[in-house]
Amino acid sequence: MKSSPRLSFFVLALGLIIGMFLSTSAAQQEVTLLNVSYDPTRELWRDMNSHFIPLYEKQKGVKLTINQSHGGSSTQARAVIDGLEADVTTLASFLDTDAISKKGLIKDGWVDRLPNHSRPYYSTVVFVVRKGNSKGINDWPDLVNKPDVSIITPNPKTSGNGYVSFFAAWGSVVVRGGSRQDAINYVTKLYQRVPVLDSGARGATTTFVQKGIGDVHLAWENEAHLEVAEAKGELELVNPPISILAEPQVAVVDANVDRAQGHRDAAEAYLKYTYTDEAQEIFAKHFYRPSNESILKKHTDVFPANTRLFPITAIAKDWPDAHKQFIGDGGVFDSIYKPKGR
Amino acid sequence: MASINRRVLPGFSLTLGYTVFYLSILVLIPITACFLKASTLSLHEFWDAVWTERARAAYYLTFGAAFIAALMNLVLGLLLAWVLVRYTFPGKKIVDSLVDLPLALPTAVGGLVYASLYVQKGWLGQYLVPLGIRGAYTRLGIVLVLIFVGLPFVVRTVQPILEDLDPESEEAAASLGSTRWQTFRNVILPTLYPALITGFALAFARGIGEYGSVVFVSGNMPYKTEIAPILIVARLEEFAYGEATAIAVVLLVISFIMLVLINRLERWSMRHEY
Repeated sequence: MKSSPRLSFFVLALGLIIGMFLSTSAAQQEVTLLNVSYDPTRELWRDMNSHFIPLYEKQKGVKLTINQSHGGSSTQARAVIDGLEADVTTLASFLDTDAISKKGLIKDGWVDRLPNHSRPYYSTVVFVVRKGNSKGINDWPDLVNKPDVSIITPNPKTSGNGYVSFFAAWGSVVVRGGSRQDAINYVTKLYQRVPVLDSGARGATTTFVQKGIGDVHLAWENEAHLEVAEAKGELELVNPPISILAEPQVAVVDANVDRAQGHRDAAEAYLKYTYTDEAQEIFAKHFYRPSNESILKKHTDVFPANTRLFPITAIAKDWPDAHKQFIGDGGVFDSIYKPKGR
Repeated sequence: MASINRRVLPGFSLTLGYTVFYLSILVLIPITACFLKASTLSLHEFWDAVWTERARAAYYLTFGAAFIAALMNLVLGLLLAWVLVRYTFPGKKIVDSLVDLPLALPTAVGGLVYASLYVQKGWLGQYLVPLGIRGAYTRLGIVLVLIFVGLPFVVRTVQPILEDLDPESEEAAASLGSTRWQTFRNVILPTLYPALITGFALAFARGIGEYGSVVFVSGNMPYKTEIAPILIVARLEEFAYGEATAIAVVLLVISFIMLVLINRLERWSMRHEY
């Protein structure tokens, strides 16, 4: 919707006055960045900021503050679209960053502005099972073939975790050579064994851990590690031999960083920093897979080298195409729940 | 309206001005924005977004569960208000304040607590589930949390009327030979109708809009326990703002029609008092 010209003028004037006030009152240049991220990355970015800020301040003589905002990844993307002044976004999925870009806030071609498709780290979907893994769940087929397995995973329609898990399940069939029909049969059986479709990742974790429902929880690797650590021996982590390459990407929000002096420089330096060896080690420490191969290899105890991670292009053209085909209205996921005989 | 400048109370235009202003800022402008956003869709797109089989199942569930819960609250609320007004017992003040608690508690907490109580391993679920009563991840669970969030409304609308009730009319009824049940039915209940209907309408409206608690207790299974607000969230996840608001508009319109009908019923019941 358009706001009236008078209102926007007023806001602009107010902004200018505040801006002038801030720039004249500060002896040293001060820059405050806002990093808009998703839910479980709070500790990660706090750690990252505490390493980056002194470095940047020493280099540039600028007083830097980095604020963080966390929430469901697509909710965060919508907040940025609706006017949350993010300088950088570090969201969970290509789809979320892409949605911001489509509204013109991030320039086209953002994916190639930073190394490795703007992806300083990545992750995947793993299994969390109950102590002893008595149902013997080690690979995707076990989820539907072993008797009485009940699976916890959030609703792919309302949760980023949910659709990434769906893609992982789908890919576990087709990447290994199964047909589309095999994959449809597989995911149908799988979701018939899901007793509760929580709307978000937090809800699914609560259902599995606190309420004790389900035998296996499909979770992002980093969250799975935290979940297992917190359960004090009640849960175990299983790395399936094949899973999806989840692509949490980072981007500078062009429309916001050019609004004030010093923001672009700081934001770009911040994201570049995430590719340094020091930052890559921080990712690994928080159970996110570093994109730097040699650092990843130092942590094979956490990230087993024999897991095959397939990219989204193995199952669809790209992320938007995958979402449309499988999750969107009238997609494969909808057909799973359609009552029969209608 | 010829005598508009002959009002007893001063400040009519000022207060009306304020009323319109507040209503606009708080209610009308957001709702208009909602309608405008939905109108960016073509009629065909609108229809496709709001009238799928799955969406119909969700509307049916949303309105059905809210209706049943409001009915339950009508009975329970009247009972509770009656007890709070007519009897004195130790701890009455505490019980009285407990009634408002569902308003203050974040509803997501309510939903989580209900779900963990009624699951198979929960405090209540361990006894109820073997009997076939599943209060979590079912439609029953949705009705339960809606009763919870709607409880204060009937109690709080009926309570003041009951307190103001003139005991003389009851005594008169008794002295004219009516039984206690007849007194209740023919003397007390009719004066309560308007308040009961208001309370019912409030609880019902609250139930339609409720999201936080329901998502945690319903399990969100399409066609079975998926409420309409979940569809809105699903559409937002696809960044389909237009389609999401279209569903919201349908909910708004149906709710508005129902509330108008309930209001009429209330006025009708007031005219037919005694």
